[in-house]
Amino acid sequence: MGMKTSRAQVRGLGSAKSGTDHWWTQRISAISLALLAPFFFITFAIALGKPWDEAVVLYKYPFNAIIAALFILAVFHHINLGLQVVIEDYIHAPALRTGMLIGLKLLCGLLGFAAAFSIAMIAFSV
Amino acid sequence: MSKTEHGAAINRGNRPLSPHLQVYKPQITSVMSVFHRITGVGNSIGAILIAWWFIAAASGPGPFGFINGFLTSWFGHLLLLGFTFSVCYHLCNGIRHLLWDAGYNFELSAVRTSGLVALAAAGLMGVGLLIVGWLN
Repeated sequence: MGMKTSRAQVRGLGSAKSGTDHWWTQRISAISLALLAPFFFITFAIALGKPWDEAVVLYKYPFNAIIAALFILAVFHHINLGLQVVIEDYIHAPALRTGMLIGLKLLCGLLGFAAAFSIAMIAFSV
Repeated sequence: MSKTEHGAAINRGNRPLSPHLQVYKPQITSVMSVFHRITGVGNSIGAILIAWWFIAAASGPGPFGFINGFLTSWFGHLLLLGFTFSVCYHLCNGIRHLLWDAGYNFELSAVRTSGLVALAAAGLMGVGLLIVGWLN
């Protein structure tokens, strides 16, 4: 430690140099959600409350299925980025914070994949 | 001030702390910002229900009947009512945030006006979506 020059001691510290990516990805997922949301929610409002056979028929149309799958993937990506910031703001205990961040990422990946896969299953089933 | 002999309590004196949220009078700017975060967290819970609905629909009539029964109960309807306006609010106010990110809408009068416009648009959008849901 004492052998290092002042400059060597601070080299590599400072910003993580990776925040820009998070910021941009959140805006781009926001833009895609703003474009997809009207299509997704009108179809989903029609499907909600219908019996199984009638609800499933709606998502056999490629347009509805593609919009729904894209929306689901974008939404869980957006949730992952958004809730990450919320956790980082309010959870200060390092172990709990890391645990919650890992849990968030696993849950978003799981639900996003499972829901998108399910939509594909509905669309492809005869 | 400094450490005690045992190195425990540190007297930092009666210095002013940074002002907390409750000190400020609520304004449309701050309240809408707080609600953007609250609705964002709420919408995340709604997204779990949407994912559940699709997974159940792909799994068959049995699992679908369970989530459908829950969402069409009075409690489910109450949740959907809340999620509808929560999503519409987050969408409309999110577009306002994107305008700021692009460098527009920074005049204080414009910030207030766009806030009211976003609130009105969210309300209309929510009512419209509920009507679509009710008619079908």
